[in-house]
Amino acid sequence: MHIPDGFLSAPVAITTAILTLGSLAYAVHDIKKNLTENKVPFLGLAAAFIFAAQMLNFPVAAGTSGHLVGAALAAILLGPSAAMLVMSAVLILQCLMFADGGITALGGNLFNLAVIAPFISYYTYQFILKLSRSHTVFTQLFAVMCASWLSVVTASIFCALELAASNVASFTLVLPAMTSVHMVIALGEAAITAFVVLNIIKIRPDLIKQDNNTSGTSSIKHFLIVGLIISLALAIFVSPFASEHPDGLEFVAEHMGFISNAYTVFNHAPFPDYSMMGMESTTISIVIVGLCGTLAAFIFSWFFAQWLSRAKNNTP
Amino acid sequence: MTTPLLHSYQNIDSWLHRLPAYIKLVSAVTAIIAITMIPKGQWLGICIALFIGSCIVISAKLQYRALLKRLLLLELFAIGIALLPLLQGQGIEFFLFNVVRISLCILCMLLVSSTTRFTDILSVLWRLHLPSILITTLALMYRYLFLLHEELSTLQKARNSRTFSTQKKMIWHLNATILAQLFIRTLERAERIYGAMKSRGWKN
Repeated sequence: MHIPDGFLSAPVAITTAILTLGSLAYAVHDIKKNLTENKVPFLGLAAAFIFAAQMLNFPVAAGTSGHLVGAALAAILLGPSAAMLVMSAVLILQCLMFADGGITALGGNLFNLAVIAPFISYYTYQFILKLSRSHTVFTQLFAVMCASWLSVVTASIFCALELAASNVASFTLVLPAMTSVHMVIALGEAAITAFVVLNIIKIRPDLIKQDNNTSGTSSIKHFLIVGLIISLALAIFVSPFASEHPDGLEFVAEHMGFISNAYTVFNHAPFPDYSMMGMESTTISIVIVGLCGTLAAFIFSWFFAQWLSRAKNNTP
Repeated sequence: MTTPLLHSYQNIDSWLHRLPAYIKLVSAVTAIIAITMIPKGQWLGICIALFIGSCIVISAKLQYRALLKRLLLLELFAIGIALLPLLQGQGIEFFLFNVVRISLCILCMLLVSSTTRFTDILSVLWRLHLPSILITTLALMYRYLFLLHEELSTLQKARNSRTFSTQKKMIWHLNATILAQLFIRTLERAERIYGAMKSRGWKN
């Protein structure tokens, strides 16, 4: 999901860079305040671990293979602020040393994978654990799977929003395309993360406690500040599409005007008929498909976590 | 044991290698911005950029086979995104234009990464006043990345020599145990490193 250079438009690149800087500045401030000194080398090593883990291939089908993203794993093992820092370090190194992901798109990539993904996964994990009073291995694994699935899917949704806001392709095309592909990829991420967490529980159960938080962050403050930044991003990227949204003739006229403007500026444009005719029905179908996919993922997580925890109990 | 993905820096002596890191970084960013601003369909601009790029590659005596391999590896996702406008009914020429333009951008960053040591880039980041905790994390990460990767492949080799099954389900499970092992070893290594740093007078 590393966006290369040349896709994000300047306003999108600058907005995401500013939002990323804000959230990272808060994360660094939080770590400086709360992290004990002996954990500082661990952050660097954890970043190297995530990087190395991303290189381990998991065979999927017909010769293809996938690999871990690691944002959820980092968030669950290290806590939200530390995970943000670790994931940023991984992405910065990939961009500067291996040319993976563009340097002008670095703000966007960091925002998707180092801000949103750890944030979503950490709070989903905590939320599910809070809901259930008994912290059995099953609930832990279920929470881990939901958290990692959601983190990848949300990151891909934001990636799609950024691409659509940069006029790479229309919103109704890029969002379903990106999200549906990543809904499947995320299942793999969820399974791998659950497997890894299960094995860590087997060897060192003390590492995965309910309030596992390397930096001892005050969760509520962190949730409010980073959550605010993310909703700001959502507002910025979704509002152009929302304001265009149907209101009879006015919408059509505005859309036509917009399209013809775009045509003269970029000398290319999506078929105006196509995007208008299908707008409302595609939006509804996107929502329905998204809900079904989410439900399916939750059911999958439920059974997979149950199977894993039973396998754990059987083998001493 | 290293994969091609971990090998970016080309250890040769050329004018591009000797150039200070900050000049390379700034000019790469400027070049990338310039390339992305080439209007769609302007093949002349692309040709000029390609010419300049190949001049730099040749004069810096870089191994272009390694460069090309990395370029192709990195291009998969880019082609995926570039395909989207094609689905929307825009011509194949537009698609090709986009792909070439993106490859040029990737080439810019590849030129930086294959001629600059990471320590030099780190010192540029240090001068940019990035938070020290981020710099420390980046430095430690780069220092131990190769070690951990080697440890990973050792663990994998040990596993493979003990298992004979090639079932996919098994491989997933075994890979996960390897990752869990690696994480715990990483944690323990971090504790040892902290002790070593502390005994040499390190202060946060």
